[in-house]
Amino acid sequence: MSDEPLILGIETSCDETGVGIVRGHTLLADALASSVEQHARFGGVVPEVASRAHLEAIVPTMDRALREAGVTLADIDAIAVTSGPGLAGALLVGVAAAKGYAIAAEKPVYGVNHLAAHVAVDTLEHGPLPEPAIALLVSGGHSSLLLVDDLARGVTPLGATIDDAAGEAFDKVARLLGLPFPGGPYIDREARAGDPAAIGFPRGLTAAKDLAAHRYDFSFSGLKTAVARWVEARQRAGESVPVADVAASFQEAVCDVLVRKALDACRANGVETLVIGGGVAANSRLRAMACDRAAAHGIRVRVPRPGLCTDNGAMVAALGSHLVAAGVAPSRLDLPADSAMPLTTVSV
Amino acid sequence: MLVLVVDSSTPAVTAALVEVAADGVAIRAYRCTVDARAHGELLAPQVDAVLAEAGARPADLGAIVAGLGPGPFTGLRVGLVTAATIGQVLGVPTYGVCSLDAIGHPAAAGEPVLAASDARRREIYWAVYDGAGQRIVGPEVSVPAVAAERARSLAVTAAVGDGAHRYADALGLPVRDEPRYPDAGVLATLAAERIRAGAPSEALTPLYLRRPDAVAATARKPVLP
Ligand SMILES: [Zn+2]
Repeated sequence: MSDEPLILGIETSCDETGVGIVRGHTLLADALASSVEQHARFGGVVPEVASRAHLEAIVPTMDRALREAGVTLADIDAIAVTSGPGLAGALLVGVAAAKGYAIAAEKPVYGVNHLAAHVAVDTLEHGPLPEPAIALLVSGGHSSLLLVDDLARGVTPLGATIDDAAGEAFDKVARLLGLPFPGGPYIDREARAGDPAAIGFPRGLTAAKDLAAHRYDFSFSGLKTAVARWVEARQRAGESVPVADVAASFQEAVCDVLVRKALDACRANGVETLVIGGGVAANSRLRAMACDRAAAHGIRVRVPRPGLCTDNGAMVAALGSHLVAAGVAPSRLDLPADSAMPLTTVSV
Repeated sequence: MLVLVVDSSTPAVTAALVEVAADGVAIRAYRCTVDARAHGELLAPQVDAVLAEAGARPADLGAIVAGLGPGPFTGLRVGLVTAATIGQVLGVPTYGVCSLDAIGHPAAAGEPVLAASDARRREIYWAVYDGAGQRIVGPEVSVPAVAAERARSLAVTAAVGDGAHRYADALGLPVRDEPRYPDAGVLATLAAERIRAGAPSEALTPLYLRRPDAVAATARKPVLP
């Protein structure tokens, strides 16, 4: 095991500064600094606030990761960094940091795709990923369904949200219900005491007429508006809002669509493995529903533990490790931060 | 002692290797590219290039000097994070210098001078230097007219820097050609005393001068009519 490459991963695409260290598929360190509290009063991530926080956090977070793993930068074989997609200014801090570390420690650097890293992180818990697999990636910034043929060289996008990201819908509904930002964990907690069948909220892009053009796409904007209408109608009628039931019914609608489309993609492509990642994959109902329904179709669901679903450095290190093992060439020192990096590009 | 100097506070992305000796500062290798939109792409290869040109390894570096700005935030951070990470790996001290000082200090030959760089949004980052090159006002960010008025009150006789070129009319001062951007040798010179004394490493905190654009969340608009 000790002759497997030691890989460092740096993540700064949104509001988490992450540094992870892996050896092969073994996680050695996962240090994280979050600026989430600085964004709470704005109701969403403010890019410049996130970028400033990354600059302050990167060096101490690196120190913590190295200490946690008991290694030095001289021991590292390669450095991977999220070079996109994400917030441009935030990505740039991580990419410049990775280059600084690479130059000073005289190591190769890999600029990698954040979404592919969300898939790769699962290998740290469940070992090598069978290919092809279907990946469902859901967070505050992205909602995508992908066919993973070759995680080292390219994935095929099947569908994505056409409006809000799934995590964004959680944030907005949480706000409507007077719950804090980010909304996901609070909706999840409230929903446990609620009835998921209490209110029949709409399932976006699941009607027969929508499926023709948007079989694997998502839409959460209509759902968000429907929840707002329902809550406002109760408030105007002078009635109290059953927060737990609204949270449970909303969560059920989101999870139902996500799982339905992900399993449809598995069956249509003859794929037996579904990987779920991204912050929304920490949702307990999504995990349970996916496992239950997939079992009926003989499909195996792989979801990393919640701490690895949200953005972190370990996921970037995991993808870097996969790339090194697959013999992929490192990036050049002029590698750019690409806020709109396409899914078909795993590394640059 | 071999010192790496970086500055990304203006459209000029600069990396230099400088020898700081007891009797002076000499540039060993130097790269500067003017491109306001490619700081992230340009700086690291330039650092690599100056090391290669001087035949030096990173481990040969004894200190790192970085221009702290002020400057447009996204580009400015590239230089600072590059300096901080290299310093961390090598375990060598990092020192910050106000980037405007590397324009205004060498330009102040006996008479006060205004140094300015472009702050976008029709504003400039600026500071005023006395005849000996000491900063007496700033750094500040404002429209050129505010800087011009302050400069007049301080008997400034010339303006210098890219911001002065861009807003020469609004400033109403004769503009010196050089330096247009922060000078790497001057950045090193302004840190040389600290380098020679082995002063403690400094946190490279950017001179942002502006708050982030962000508004606190307001009340939600109802969806029902
Ligand atoms: Zn993510």
